[in-house]
Amino acid sequence: MAEHISLAVIGGGPAGLAAAIAAYDSGITDVTVFERDSELGGILNQCIHNGFGLHTFKEELTGPEYAGRFIAQARERGINCETGSMVLSLTPEREITVVSRDKGLRVIQAEAVILAMGCRERPRGALNIPGTRPQGIYSAGTAQKLVNCEGVLPGKEVVILGSGDIGLIMARRMTLEGAHVKAVAELMPYSGGLKRNIVQCLDDYGIPLLLSHTVVDIKGKRKLEGVTIAEVDSTGTPIPGTEKYYECDTLLLSCGLIPENELSLTAGIRINGMTNGPAADDRLGTSIDGVFACGNVLHVHDLVDFVSEEAGRAGRNAARYIRERGKKNEPRVIGVTAGNGIRYTVPCTIDAANADEDIHLRFRVRNVYKGCTISVSSGDRELLAKKKRITVPSEMEDIILSKDVISGLTGGITVEIKEGGV
Amino acid sequence: MKEIYDVAVIGAGVTGCAAARELSRYDLSVAVIEKESDVCEGTSKANSAIIHAGFDAKPGTLKARLNVRGNALMDKLAEQLRIPFRRNGAFVVCREGSEVPKLEELLRRGEENGVTGLRILSREEAREMEPNLDDGVFAALYAPTSGIVCPFEMTIALAENACANGAEFMLSTEVTGISKAGDGAFDISTDKGAVRAKCVINCAGVYADRIHDMICEPDFRITARRGEYMLLDTWAGNTVDRTIFQLPTKMGKGVLVTPTVHGNLLVGPTADDIEDKEDTATTRDGLANVRRQSALSVKNIPYGMVITSFSGLRAAADTGDFIIREDSGVKGFIDAAGIESPGLTSAPAIAEYLRDIVAGLMPLNEKKDFVPAREGIVRAAYLPAEERAALIAEHPEYGQIVCRCSQVSEGEIADAINRPLGATTIDGVKRRTGACMGRCQGGFCSPKIMTMLAEKQGISLSEVKKNG
Repeated sequence: MAEHISLAVIGGGPAGLAAAIAAYDSGITDVTVFERDSELGGILNQCIHNGFGLHTFKEELTGPEYAGRFIAQARERGINCETGSMVLSLTPEREITVVSRDKGLRVIQAEAVILAMGCRERPRGALNIPGTRPQGIYSAGTAQKLVNCEGVLPGKEVVILGSGDIGLIMARRMTLEGAHVKAVAELMPYSGGLKRNIVQCLDDYGIPLLLSHTVVDIKGKRKLEGVTIAEVDSTGTPIPGTEKYYECDTLLLSCGLIPENELSLTAGIRINGMTNGPAADDRLGTSIDGVFACGNVLHVHDLVDFVSEEAGRAGRNAARYIRERGKKNEPRVIGVTAGNGIRYTVPCTIDAANADEDIHLRFRVRNVYKGCTISVSSGDRELLAKKKRITVPSEMEDIILSKDVISGLTGGITVEIKEGGV
Repeated sequence: MKEIYDVAVIGAGVTGCAAARELSRYDLSVAVIEKESDVCEGTSKANSAIIHAGFDAKPGTLKARLNVRGNALMDKLAEQLRIPFRRNGAFVVCREGSEVPKLEELLRRGEENGVTGLRILSREEAREMEPNLDDGVFAALYAPTSGIVCPFEMTIALAENACANGAEFMLSTEVTGISKAGDGAFDISTDKGAVRAKCVINCAGVYADRIHDMICEPDFRITARRGEYMLLDTWAGNTVDRTIFQLPTKMGKGVLVTPTVHGNLLVGPTADDIEDKEDTATTRDGLANVRRQSALSVKNIPYGMVITSFSGLRAAADTGDFIIREDSGVKGFIDAAGIESPGLTSAPAIAEYLRDIVAGLMPLNEKKDFVPAREGIVRAAYLPAEERAALIAEHPEYGQIVCRCSQVSEGEIADAINRPLGATTIDGVKRRTGACMGRCQGGFCSPKIMTMLAEKQGISLSEVKKNG
């Protein structure tokens, strides 16, 4: 016989904790958080730098401190958190199979499920970088775990491929630990990380950022000896003659994060090809009734504060789903289209007949746009126009549409970039 | 360490390990000398992982004979040694009507070699069985006895079973010279001291010519022929169910597309002769080639799901066939050289063949206590739910998932590290358990695996090696 619980939260990182707390505060107290690691907090536990929490707590916290506040809130409420517990499968009927050391293999039936599994780093293999496969190549997050949690410095002479935020943070971290970071190469003509990280982690330490460059060869049989970096053209193809060899014993990769949706896929949840996360509606619900998603499993965020906020909404919506099952207005679903210059939007659809909260439209732009307007329109009617001095792909945009505007909508809405005119 | 061994096997790839396991049936002392820190570190670890049917090799060659025999031995071997193996069948496809005679030639050749069940399929029949065949495919040769295997587990299983039956493995031991003493025995110098043996079997892969030349007249050369591969996520594993070959060329069997026993999709290899016998680098051109050529047989390969690429080295002899014989000039020195494809398939048959040669040199008496079976590492995730639950109840460490992508538990990793001939490196754990082999490629689990290896070896985390 399957155990029964009201709400299963899969993942005990910042998203899962905030979702569980919000659901609890909305009256659903029979919540269990399943965390595969031995501790709550997720990836924040290895992010010992500061800069977390400016939006949520109006102060700068380290990753573990930020996580600690949410862990404390969960504890105060007595929320059941099972660590060392990995969810192995999820069915469309919201039956989950969990395995753990202490409780073995269990099947649990949940009334609602919140997916909060986070994301993983794109590994070297997925980048198709040619060369040998020696010791000394790590994804930036693995190196972060080794340095910050295990007390091991992976190497002394470092090259970083990809300018994602973890890579930038690790450029500084490795430098502070006595390593020499020779360069950060980025395939794109713009950085994948936040401006503040470029300034605080590279510029402040004199580490060069090579835009439109990539690693074209890796040398070393057992241990990494060096990498060759070349400039790339506008199609990302290396330009012959621009190759330069960098002797190094460590190559860190910070080339993108991929939402971890294996469970979503086994359940048959529809995935948005642009985010690699579930295609979500305005309540952060997925294509399976009663299954919600938030945080980096839904789409990769830039700041954890936005994860917490989003997860809070997922928690409240899951609670509302459990409370109101079957008791809502006949849905009136309108689509959200990612128009010119927009890579994706979360949500993809809005139920205009049941909007009872303001709606956050979150998205990323495709390119660097200077002096542009972000426009949200429905048919011929512009609902909102937000002027921007600059927008960059590394920053998530967030636009709030009031529930009154939503309720009045009859057709789909489009988010787009309008260039010029500022 | 014995004063003198009956047999010293040089090289712990699949050939050497299969030979050691076969010889361990008999009342012989067997030493296996391997320069790397683990078994299965050379050609055996990076290949197409196919148990070939046997239609490719020219009738009358050792390759043909041992391939077919090896294929037939696999079912029992896989069961005894717990090696993941599946007869998934294979196609050889052609794109032109004018090439059908080449398929018919392969079919005739296969039948002459003793391969059963071969038949030619029309475009429609082939597509019915494999919907993702490229639209340009005209016809296919179908070989139902072709199979897929895990080459690491096969080699490791053979080694473990040989070890359990008394064979001694000397790892991280490189042979530097071989000479013959007055009593007719061999003095094998290594970087770890001398080993004496009455008989030497050279299973040194791409280095077989160098080992041979240490004591024999040079009479063959081994060229490392590099092949590059791409491995795709298990989400892509059902693109094809059978192994899809293209018509063979002089350089090899061409680019194949195949599921693996672990559910991934494997595409490759290229074929490039190279100078450096250890150059397992992949190249931009090579990987592009794999991609381009695969499109001639299979469509819809989701290359966005590549999780890793690698290259392996075929030990290609200039004679074109396996070289398995006692040297004509040096009594007691036996070569097993030029073991390129279908070497993995042939390994169990090569072992029998070597045993027969050894039988001509010394009496072979079967051991009464030979144990033919090996207990594999229990893969909890592959057990039925009830068995898995029972295992965790008894051994809670099987409930602690370390590698999330392949669902490998702490119990499995501990077993891989603690068993005889156990893993001493991250790659060793990977090849024994499948941890780090999934879509995150060790991003999450490698620190934990490093911790477990460091604890076992009493070293610091920074001393833990990925390989070697």
